[in-house]
Amino acid sequence: MAHQAQSRLPAFDVRRALKSGALAALVAFGLFSLLIGLRTEQGPTGALILVPRPWELFWLVVAAFVGSFLRELVRGEQGAALARMVPAPVRNVVTQVAPYFGYALLAFAVAVPMIFYSNRYLLDLSIQILTYVMLGWGLNIVVGLAGLLDLGYVAFYAVGAYSYALLAQNFGLSFWICLPLAGILAAFWGVLLGFPVLRLRGDYLAIVTLAFGEIIRLVLINWQSFTGGPNGISGIARPSFFGLPFTAADDGFAATFGLEFSPNHRVVFLYYLILILALVTNAVAIRLRRLPIGRAWEALREDEIACRSLGINTTNTKLTAFAIGAMFGGFAGSFFATRQGFISPESFTFGESALVLAIVVLGGMGSQIGVAVAAAVMLGGFELFREFEQYRMLVFGFAMVSIMIWRPRGLVATRLPSVFLKERKLVSADMVSEGRG
Amino acid sequence: MATAPDTRTASAPARAPLLSVRGVKTYYGNIVALRGVDLDVHEGEIVTLIGANGAGKSTLMMTIFGDPRAREGTVLFEGRDITRMPTNEIAKLHIAQAPEGRRIFGRMTVLENLQLGASIADPAFFAADLERVLTLFPRLKERLHQRGGTLSGGEQQMLAIGRALLARPRLLLLDEPSLGLAPLLVRQIFAAIRELNEREKLTVFLVEQNAFHALKLAHRGYVMVNGEITLSGSSRELLNRPEVRAAYLEGGRH
Repeated sequence: MAHQAQSRLPAFDVRRALKSGALAALVAFGLFSLLIGLRTEQGPTGALILVPRPWELFWLVVAAFVGSFLRELVRGEQGAALARMVPAPVRNVVTQVAPYFGYALLAFAVAVPMIFYSNRYLLDLSIQILTYVMLGWGLNIVVGLAGLLDLGYVAFYAVGAYSYALLAQNFGLSFWICLPLAGILAAFWGVLLGFPVLRLRGDYLAIVTLAFGEIIRLVLINWQSFTGGPNGISGIARPSFFGLPFTAADDGFAATFGLEFSPNHRVVFLYYLILILALVTNAVAIRLRRLPIGRAWEALREDEIACRSLGINTTNTKLTAFAIGAMFGGFAGSFFATRQGFISPESFTFGESALVLAIVVLGGMGSQIGVAVAAAVMLGGFELFREFEQYRMLVFGFAMVSIMIWRPRGLVATRLPSVFLKERKLVSADMVSEGRG
Repeated sequence: MATAPDTRTASAPARAPLLSVRGVKTYYGNIVALRGVDLDVHEGEIVTLIGANGAGKSTLMMTIFGDPRAREGTVLFEGRDITRMPTNEIAKLHIAQAPEGRRIFGRMTVLENLQLGASIADPAFFAADLERVLTLFPRLKERLHQRGGTLSGGEQQMLAIGRALLARPRLLLLDEPSLGLAPLLVRQIFAAIRELNEREKLTVFLVEQNAFHALKLAHRGYVMVNGEITLSGSSRELLNRPEVRAAYLEGGRH
């Protein structure tokens, strides 16, 4: 058995790998020799002196060499051959279990507050992850389905958050009234962004949406009298359990249900709130995909001219995609505001847009479960490696590059057809994924 | 055009054409693509437009669809001026096209492509129409759940035509359906067009480079050179014209 596996081992092209490794090492040396190899420090006299760092440079070059060497070694055919070495039973189990993965994940998500009830830190992290899952699913409608690359999605998140904060503070409206209002306002801004970019596609669209996100943020910073400027808005009303506040008072949630007061009640409530909001986003996205409008979005992504010649109004189709995507961003934003109790423009930087977009791209555009997994992996990863925060961007970039090399269509690169005649046939990956060349 | 607006009551020979192109001039920026084209398609006809590369055939087809728009002249459909209508509104008049290069939705399944074709049609007809298209092109039935982009060229052409048919067209525009296809497939596709025309009285406007096949199939033809119609007449006439033979037919009937 062992030697059988041995014989199936592909012949590695070591020479090519060595060459590729050497090339990468050379590039790394060129790049880092000044960036890393030399460090400026303040000398004893106050003047800058150069401190050489040969070892750091050396290890980076070695890392580049090894990385490129290994990548070349297991690339393409060899990589596939390595994958074939996974025993058949294991692969069968994986393919059989895969369809139920989503349900298992959902069951786990529902159970999280019960399992980790006393672990406040973990609950907070889960809430954060779910917020990003929801944002990812919302953005997925715009980017994954309609194919409109939106780099300013955080703008709608901000609109939702500020809508809730301002409505709640100025008019004393409750969360449940503000939530739909925030969604509507965000959708309105989505349409507003949509109009000027109707004729744009691809990179041009991306640049304008990026600018839009920045405009919103700058307005929030500079319109002091309305938004509080860089100081933000604090003391935002917390959500209540259908009118029952989460306080130790007699009319509070705990007292009404005869429970001992615990600050965790609110956290658990927030957890289920965002879980439900996220699931609603998911359900709506899935449902819309099966309706003509969802099909029109996807067709728009594929070929705009063909769309128009089939009688699809591309203007309306684009605007609805922007509006609906923005609406869910707005919902998530108002949840964010009520959870934090404090918002400021700092929470709505381009970095957030990039993070949500990264979640969508890594998860596999158009794949719902992929987005959820990607959000959990990324935010969980950030938390897990908090001590190495300095290297976060490094690891982030590395993860991006690896995904693009090995799974260019995202973690979950399959797409179930939205319609089927008699039975839902599982479309095999070969039929689904993009052809090469 | 001195015909009354309601042309359906007129007697058959005097009937106004279903599609009528009058003095259409189209430009790409400053470059002239069409230099005043006149052309008619009557109900129930197959009309073909033949010409060399860059003659302006596809431009005419797209001009009928309003993209690019004619700078001068008019396009009438059922007596209605559609020259300045947006493309998607024109499509809603049940003019359907299988465009050049097929332009199918590659990452969507065959069935989804066909559903998109039916965007403007009454959903009540979808099931029956789908069945008809799948009978016409059995290959599509086998591939119903496959992605459009994974089909072969001929299958994609079938899909493009099928998608157009699901719009329940009053006029079907086909842009080079034989492009890049093996002779056997070309025959299959042309046979399907003939069948549609004979059985369902579908009106077809066919743009082709494959002059021999196109003229064999069509009732009438136009020859376009350099943005102008230089010859027109019944297919038989055109097939026998020495200039047509010399320019498009000699040197192998492919």
